[in-house]
Amino acid sequence: MKVQGFLSTRTGGVVTIQPGQTIREAAGLMFQHNIGAVVVLDDQGRIVGILSERDIVRKAVTHDRVFDMAVRDVMTADVVTAVPQDDLMSVAHTMTERRFRHLPIVDEQNNLIGIISIGDVLKAQRDQYRGEIDTLEAQIMAAGT
Amino acid sequence: MSDIGTADHPLRVAIIGAGPAGFYAAEHLFKQKQLSVSVDMYDRLPTPFGLVRLGVAPDHQKIKSVTAVFDRLAQKPNFRFFGYVELGRDLSVADLRNHYHAIIYTTGAQTDRAMNIPGADLIGHHPATEFVAWYNGHPDFRDCQFDLTQERVAVVGIGNVAMDVARILCRTPEELRKTDIADYALEALSQSKVKEVYILGRRGPAQAAFTTPEIKELGEMEDADVFTIPEEVALDPLSEEALAESADRGSMRKVEIIQSYANNRPTGKKRKLTLRFLVSPVELYGDENGHVRAMKLVHNRLVKSSAGSLRAEPTDKTEILQVGLVFRSIGYMGVPLPGVPFNQSWGVILNDGGRVIDPDSKKPVTGEYAAGWIKRGPSGVIGTNKPCAVGTVDLLLEDLQAGALLNPPHPQPEAIAELIAQRQPHFFTYADWQKLDEMEIARGEAQGRPRVKFTSVAEMLAALGKA
Ligand SMILES: Cc1cc2nc3c(=O)[nH]c(=O)nc-3n(C[C@H](O)[C@H](O)[C@H](O)COP(=O)(O)OP(=O)(O)OC[C@H]3O[C@@H](n4cnc5c(N)ncnc54)[C@H](O)[C@@H]3O)c2cc1C
Ligand SMILES: NC(=O)c1ccc[n+]([C@@H]2O[C@H](COP(=O)([O-])OP(=O)(O)OC[C@H]3O[C@@H](n4cnc5c(N)ncnc54)[C@H](OP(=O)(O)O)[C@@H]3O)[C@@H](O)[C@H]2O)c1
Repeated sequence: MKVQGFLSTRTGGVVTIQPGQTIREAAGLMFQHNIGAVVVLDDQGRIVGILSERDIVRKAVTHDRVFDMAVRDVMTADVVTAVPQDDLMSVAHTMTERRFRHLPIVDEQNNLIGIISIGDVLKAQRDQYRGEIDTLEAQIMAAGT
Repeated sequence: MSDIGTADHPLRVAIIGAGPAGFYAAEHLFKQKQLSVSVDMYDRLPTPFGLVRLGVAPDHQKIKSVTAVFDRLAQKPNFRFFGYVELGRDLSVADLRNHYHAIIYTTGAQTDRAMNIPGADLIGHHPATEFVAWYNGHPDFRDCQFDLTQERVAVVGIGNVAMDVARILCRTPEELRKTDIADYALEALSQSKVKEVYILGRRGPAQAAFTTPEIKELGEMEDADVFTIPEEVALDPLSEEALAESADRGSMRKVEIIQSYANNRPTGKKRKLTLRFLVSPVELYGDENGHVRAMKLVHNRLVKSSAGSLRAEPTDKTEILQVGLVFRSIGYMGVPLPGVPFNQSWGVILNDGGRVIDPDSKKPVTGEYAAGWIKRGPSGVIGTNKPCAVGTVDLLLEDLQAGALLNPPHPQPEAIAELIAQRQPHFFTYADWQKLDEMEIARGEAQGRPRVKFTSVAEMLAALGKA
């Protein structure tokens, strides 16, 4: 299965924020949409970072006033992205190996078209295995009738 | 509308498409203990089961036995089947919205992905979808012609469908005669002059989309030798690393089998099947009559994407492969249904988790849902459609709770039945299908075959005395 198969069933846009906004605003968005990360876009719509709950917590340890800080000072700027043609299995591996919980998905022009979380990847894998087991089970059941 | 789903006002659901996704959606609806539900399932063909009947290879009869599960569902008193009723031809979305609280589209992927290379329009280049539908007796494809006088054939793509196509091309008439392959296809394939089949993968053995039992089965055919090329199946460092890191035994086993075919020597079998890796067709060449005579292949190498998956990148090495017949097996593709929002990029109904989405407002379209290949694209085995359909139906049930389904003026089951009788007087019921099924099996028994299929609607109508 490819990342594309996952995108097919996601139409809700990706929640984004600008680097100059505050962490308070970012946290508000995360709470409102019940998500663990927002993608940071500059005013040309280019991806310049990703901000996760974990980035905020990490910063909070040394900065009491983290909520007043700008997104650009807390986000991870070195963003790894995926494309629709990537194999989901490899993406899963990269995410667990490098400890990313979210990966923005971009098209050929590098435009943001989606975001995939480690939970999404695990669910897709689980559905695939379950599907294979169900197929076998149905055959066994049918053979018994 | 809070009493929808009670015995007095059963929830009325239309399911469009009688493939696995449609049946799994119905199953999950019927499983709801507190819910009184009645389901009408439609299919544009007289026969149910979608790709289980018309896609799954005839030499894979055991897999087709999953239909026994669907058969049991169809016996529910609140289930009706309307075969030979097509959304867009006989019924419109507006008709459905007038009669049901909810509609679930499970129409699968009805076409294929194009291969945009020069020469793609030459005679003798076909989509695998057509060949598959033809040998399985799909009424819309029974008249297709494939030039089986050609000795050399290429199949582009290395998914399980490519395996099916290559196997059917290599099977002996005796092997095929034990299956439910369409009679005309059996006849044509028995005369086949095909000697060499090439399956062309653009990436390496570790990225092959086919599954292990399928690659193993290739080596077990009666009269075809299977080969791979040592240099192409030796893993490159990137694949080696990825495979080792994944520690995925299944994939390792698959690679081992592929590599083992590189040691095969000709044993004098009639046909030769060669699996090629790291090659992509870039052009098809024709003869003076516009028939395919050869293809140009570029050799690829693998490069790692930023997310860690390996993709093919062309090198400057090319070769010419002489072939007179080409099947592209690079994926199926959904087609839009009239009046239903469509996502052109992925060839699926525009949806969010299964709720159909309005392209302008980006909000769900009340009462409309999708499941199966038309929801998530053309991948996954039969059972994969179960969690997919369950996910969709759960959203439908959530919307029912929230009072957010349709409020149709004519929910009575008789109302839509009358309309169908006007629009498509020749519709098929499930009982009709069961009669056809019995007849097909009886015709098969006489020949020692699992069944002999009816392959045209006229034949089916005549067999039921409807014509
Ligand atoms: C060649 C091939 C071989 C396969 N072999 C296997 C296998 O061996 N094992 C396995 O587990 N999986 C196999 N699969 C995968 C499996 O068949 C699919 O996962 C599954 O069939 C998809 O289910 P679906 O219900 O989404 O679509 P489908 O099975 O395609 O069903 C869709 C149904 O909708 C109907 N329809 C379409 N448009 C309309 C309309 N406008 N109005 C009314 N009805 C409509 C169609 O006639 C069809 O009956 C195979 C797939 C292919 C293509
Ligand atoms: N026996 C069974 O269980 C069975 C039988 C048939 C089908 N099925 C299932 O049905 C689903 C569909 O099968 P499928 O074979 O159609 O699809 P698939 O598994 O997605 O395979 C498609 C193949 O085409 C290749 N491809 C795509 N675009 C290409 C291009 N432009 N040039 C060259 N190659 C290209 C892909 O290579 P890349 O990987 O490089 O993209 C891949 O090898 C699968 O999930 C399959 O498992 C199951």
